[in-house]
Amino acid sequence: MLDQIEEVVSQANAELQNISSFEELEAWRIRYLGRKSKLTSILRSLGDVPISQRKMVGARANQVRSILEESYSSRKATMESNVAVSLEHDKIDVSLPGEPFQIGRIHPTTRAINEICGIFSSMGFQVAEGPEVEWEYYNFDALNMPPDHPARDGFATLWVDYHTPTGTRPMLMRTHTSPVQIRSMEKTKPPIRIISPGRVYRYEATDATHEWMFSQVEGFAVDTNITMADLKGILFEFVRRLFGQDRKCRFRCDYFPFVEPGVEIAIDCFMCGGKGCRLCQNSGWIEILGAGMVHPDVLRGCGIDPEVYSGFAFGMGVERIPILRYGIDDIRLFYSNDLKFLNQF
Amino acid sequence: MKVPLSWLKEYVDVDTSSEELAQKLTSAGLEVADIKVTGGSWDKIYIGQVLAVNPHPNADRLSLATVDLGTRQLTVVCGAPNLTTGDKVAFALTGATLVNGHTGKVEELKPARIRGVTSEGMICSEKELGIADNHEGILVLPQEYEIGKLLSDYLGDVIFDIEVTPNRADCLSVMGIAREIAALTGKPFKMPDLSYQESEKTVESMVSVEIQAPDLCPRYCATAIEDIKLGPSPKWMQDRLIACGMRPIVNIVDVTNYVMLEFGQPLHSFDYSQIKGKKIIVRRASEGETMYTLDEQERKFTSDILLIADAERPVAVAGIMGGLATEVRDYTRTILLESANFSQAAIHKGALALKLSSEASSRYEKGLNPELTYYAAKRATQLMARLGAGTVAKGIVDCYPGRTEKRPVSIARRDVKRLLGLDLSLTEIEKCLRSLGLECEKPETGVIYAFKPWWRNDINCTADLVEEVARVTGYDNIPLSMLSSSLPTGQGSRLFAFRQQLREVMVAMGFQEIITYPLTSLEVLKKLSAKSEIDGVAPLKLENSMSRELEYLRNNIRMGVLSVMARNQRNREIHIRLFEISKVFIPRTRDLPKESEILCGLIDSVVPDIYWQVKPKPADFYFAKGVVQALLARCGIYADYLPGEDMSLNPSRSADIIYNKMKIGVVGEIHPRVLANFDISEKAFMFELDVDKLFTIAGKQPVYKAVPRYPSLARDIALLVDAEVTYDKIVTALKKFNIISEVRLFDLYEGKQVPEGKKSMAFRLIYQAGDRTLKDEEVDGIQKQILAFLSKEFGATLRS
Ligand SMILES: [Zn+2]
Repeated sequence: MLDQIEEVVSQANAELQNISSFEELEAWRIRYLGRKSKLTSILRSLGDVPISQRKMVGARANQVRSILEESYSSRKATMESNVAVSLEHDKIDVSLPGEPFQIGRIHPTTRAINEICGIFSSMGFQVAEGPEVEWEYYNFDALNMPPDHPARDGFATLWVDYHTPTGTRPMLMRTHTSPVQIRSMEKTKPPIRIISPGRVYRYEATDATHEWMFSQVEGFAVDTNITMADLKGILFEFVRRLFGQDRKCRFRCDYFPFVEPGVEIAIDCFMCGGKGCRLCQNSGWIEILGAGMVHPDVLRGCGIDPEVYSGFAFGMGVERIPILRYGIDDIRLFYSNDLKFLNQF
Repeated sequence: MKVPLSWLKEYVDVDTSSEELAQKLTSAGLEVADIKVTGGSWDKIYIGQVLAVNPHPNADRLSLATVDLGTRQLTVVCGAPNLTTGDKVAFALTGATLVNGHTGKVEELKPARIRGVTSEGMICSEKELGIADNHEGILVLPQEYEIGKLLSDYLGDVIFDIEVTPNRADCLSVMGIAREIAALTGKPFKMPDLSYQESEKTVESMVSVEIQAPDLCPRYCATAIEDIKLGPSPKWMQDRLIACGMRPIVNIVDVTNYVMLEFGQPLHSFDYSQIKGKKIIVRRASEGETMYTLDEQERKFTSDILLIADAERPVAVAGIMGGLATEVRDYTRTILLESANFSQAAIHKGALALKLSSEASSRYEKGLNPELTYYAAKRATQLMARLGAGTVAKGIVDCYPGRTEKRPVSIARRDVKRLLGLDLSLTEIEKCLRSLGLECEKPETGVIYAFKPWWRNDINCTADLVEEVARVTGYDNIPLSMLSSSLPTGQGSRLFAFRQQLREVMVAMGFQEIITYPLTSLEVLKKLSAKSEIDGVAPLKLENSMSRELEYLRNNIRMGVLSVMARNQRNREIHIRLFEISKVFIPRTRDLPKESEILCGLIDSVVPDIYWQVKPKPADFYFAKGVVQALLARCGIYADYLPGEDMSLNPSRSADIIYNKMKIGVVGEIHPRVLANFDISEKAFMFELDVDKLFTIAGKQPVYKAVPRYPSLARDIALLVDAEVTYDKIVTALKKFNIISEVRLFDLYEGKQVPEGKKSMAFRLIYQAGDRTLKDEEVDGIQKQILAFLSKEFGATLRS
């Protein structure tokens, strides 16, 4: 039995010298020190050894076990330090530039639209979209805008060269996203909660604050028992989610032909905190949304009884959000597509 | 609308601070854009009198003015054309705080030498004083102002600059604003007394009025003033005009301006002696009719222009500008004063057609109540009398074909509750309405019948009354709630989310999203075409384009994206990868155009060549195709690519993207002709995908396939085939063997190592069985069958 032990020792030591990888080392450990190793089986079969020798064989076996364990750890330590030394030789200059990986970005307008629509979606509003080339009826008539309203002028609206047999020109590039209200109400019956982003167009001389193409988000809700208190609650919550919980909101009367009563919502200026500065034109407030209760004539025109149903509608300019947030000083940058501009967002 | 607080106080008691008042007005819909305290910074501005005006020795357009300040006389350099000896002026000493007339900035007046002459101060314009924007010439003050006194002793005031919404033309007047203040602060409104002394002679005996176009002129009132004595108007009137940004001229003009500011009604004075046939006729112009207007221009009219005429000829363009022949002059003995109502549309059209716009026309364009004419006529006539400008004839000629029935609008407690979410008692509602001057009747319990007052145009339905209640109660007092109504059914537009998914994949592959204009020119559209005209259907044209570059609605996206690439290349950008998802407009008969959404991607072939490691590879056709394949794979779409014929693309290096026999897009290298037309310097690669079609295809749910549980086996084969045999054909053949789960081409060779007309293609075939671990022997057998099949189909041989 003792001979067997000695044989294990010499064999194990010989093998250990040739080990070069951690995998082999682990295999060695299992072979000689594991639960199924020779040494373990020798110890387990100690009962078969005569009592006189049992003590001596047992002692030697345990001694060998600790020798092997020690050899194992010292071999492991040597190998680890070898690895450390070889890694030392691999040292590189980590300050060298990495691969010039190209990243893309979403246009700041799209981003703002997604953010706005995301907030309203979480409040139960559904996205709907409408055509960018519209009938005059949806853009003006159905929205309670009188036939001689100045917005219908050739110097306010882009009209498409399209004539009916009677000589009227009923086709235009939509000037706001509000036609979606009418199209939605004609198609769907209340309850309605819609949020509608899109591009709109005006006949406009461009400068740093005016662009003939821009984006709007229109939202509206129609049902029984919808009040201006709901409008106020929903829009205040929206403004806080978009601009931060500390923003103060102003809710004041304003006029738009397709709502009554009409509302304008402003936030306290985040540049000056309401004291007045260039950004807020010294008013301390920044106008964000136009809104109001859907005009009874508009509801009636869509076949919705204003005695039974009521609704609110709101609209906002999209580019205004990044303009305010990032301090962009020229709206024309949005659609001139200069990569040096787009790269920044 | 600029309104001085001192003037407002004539009609309503104000005991709140200016800031609080501004906040109340703003909340109620009359936004106070600015509160200007004039006189607060005028500690170095005095009343002076111009003693002498001499030419500047070194400058033609400047003069030297000697100004008497009472205690001393100072000389200043002045550029104003209207400087006259004897005028009283606002004189600023050096150190005074003034608005820079050119920059608008508030600055301290510094001592200055102008063309060699020292200027010891400045004679101010309204703009420099911060009263108004007028910067032409200097402000001439009333003669009553005492030399040497501070200007602030006379003109110090609080001026509210109010932005009036289009529905509230009544608030383009001092009285209108005062009425709002009265309602919002709970104070009574004090209507001025309009009575005056009349002579025996009646206006009716002097003139008759006939309205031939009652649709454009609902009402025309006229009074007459004889024995006109022209002269300056009194100081109180001049002060108010100046404070509102108007210059005093002469009593009878000042009165009409004063009443326009006070009541909001424009007025016009004719020289009565020039009115032929004692007759005023309001009519449409006859085509081609002409008249000289006050600005000495000859005007030619079309038949939709509304004119004021006498028995023989036109004497004024209604509501826009008077005629030269009937202008009031020094020798005018009698004036006929017009206070009329013209329709918004008539004046708007007229002003546009004649390219003329005046304070009067812009007021008419906003819509005035015909009731206003009568009160304004009385007020102006009264002031003429009070100022001693003449003797007033008896009565008023009042022609009122547009008179309408007074119709009440009803409102109940429920209306306020269901629109505002605010529970007010009927008494509270009535109080709000009465404070705004509405007459209220209660013929039955629970409902109010309200009649709008004569100055308002905008109260026509219950919702309008509810707004009035909200304004007086205060928008701040409306409670907050969060839509308790039920959620709508349906899903809303899923295209919106799909489009966003496409964008995110594009961005992940390094593409920058751009958004281009949908309008373009024929020239740009032709750049895509091989011929001299545009490919496909003629694009829609605008009727009133803003410029030649923005005349047509685009029928493709690529021209915009190509232009953006060219522009950025000029800015020395390289490694450009752009995409846009936008609509194109395809004309249809008797309908709106079809708006198709297209995704267009564009890649240049210039890579940064200054990287220190292995240089990146420039893009090629297969890069562009790889992007398309990855994008489509993300949508669960696996398409076929067949040689394409797109006119913008290189015919040898472009493909139509086909799914289920439907063309869903194109990919390819931009045609050199198109590159040159757009001024793009290097090769570029483009793809377009029809987003609507992708959405329809991708709308189907993906079908789950079990994840393989047994290991696969890989085998490489190198085939020698005829050069014409496409990759596609071989893969299709290989895929017929179900046991092959994947085919990867890893080498393609044509050249010296292989026979002429042949090419070598090396594939790695992945074998996979769903129910067992494949053995080498089994795969060897299958591979033999495969080779036999390929040999039969394409004459393929194994390359050794
Ligand atoms: Zn500010």
